[in-house]
Amino acid sequence: MSTATESPVESHEAAHEEGHDHPSDRRYIQVAVILAIVTALEVGTYFVHMPGEVLIPMLMAMMIYKFFYVAAWFMHLRFDSPLFTKFFVSGLVLATIVYGITLTVFEFWHKG
Amino acid sequence: MRPPRPLRRPPLADTAAVSHGHGTGTGLSDNKLLMWVFLGSECLLFGGLISTYLIYRSRFGDGPAPGDIFDIPFTSVSSFVLLMSSLTMVLALSALQRGDIRNNRIWLLTTALLGSLFIGGQVYEFTTFVREGLGYSTSPFSSAFFTLTGFHGVHVSLGILMLMSLLISSLRGTLTTERSETVEIVGLYWHFVDVVWIFIFTVIYLVPSPTS
Repeated sequence: MSTATESPVESHEAAHEEGHDHPSDRRYIQVAVILAIVTALEVGTYFVHMPGEVLIPMLMAMMIYKFFYVAAWFMHLRFDSPLFTKFFVSGLVLATIVYGITLTVFEFWHKG
Repeated sequence: MRPPRPLRRPPLADTAAVSHGHGTGTGLSDNKLLMWVFLGSECLLFGGLISTYLIYRSRFGDGPAPGDIFDIPFTSVSSFVLLMSSLTMVLALSALQRGDIRNNRIWLLTTALLGSLFIGGQVYEFTTFVREGLGYSTSPFSSAFFTLTGFHGVHVSLGILMLMSLLISSLRGTLTTERSETVEIVGLYWHFVDVVWIFIFTVIYLVPSPTS
């Protein structure tokens, strides 16, 4: 925590450690523009005929990129304590494993 | 006589400090940590609903098939609206953190309006589907679809209520820079609802669906 005797640099570092050092509004707008572009690319795939072997991995990659981009910048995981990331990723990984097994049991990967 | 045990938590006067993580066991805000644990558990809820949809999406029987009924351009606009509401949410937090109460209120209201627009779009979509013969119990596909998107819609609606309560607090003068963590926690919930839609939009709408 900042005290009166700390230098501005130390105070800034302390604030960063506590997770209060968030990006500027300009940076948030840049992030939103990138997300909008990726969304436009995703929607664009609907109007272009592509084989499923190309289309589905491409859509999944864009989806995962958007997911983690929002989590990192808008949810501040990039700046906050790694403990928050661990809790969130634990839920995500557990869900992926549990439902990956469920979909396998129901032969989703073969039947589609 | 035994000396008094040291306080494990600060006295009530320091609750504001505790809420910001100073004096907690982890050195982090308990409220924020709790929200992250909750969001981790929500991954399991939505994972279950998405998996159920994927398993049942080909079982549409005599009812409309997903590939025949989805309106991708319309849903794309809804998705864009929800994505932009994440930007306005984070701008609301940023404004409050620098003490700009006026812009905080404007961005909170904008976020709530964008969320309402998304919900309006969902109501319109559901109404159209029902008119075209896709009711909740028409087929396993329709039940899984309405349950998944309906649950998401309920989450967005709860988020709108939280945003409106923040706005009312702000108008009453109780939402100050010192309490910006409250906005941050509501923001975390709101962004989570957005990332869940990122998943739903791709997996349910954009990945080619079966047609009849």
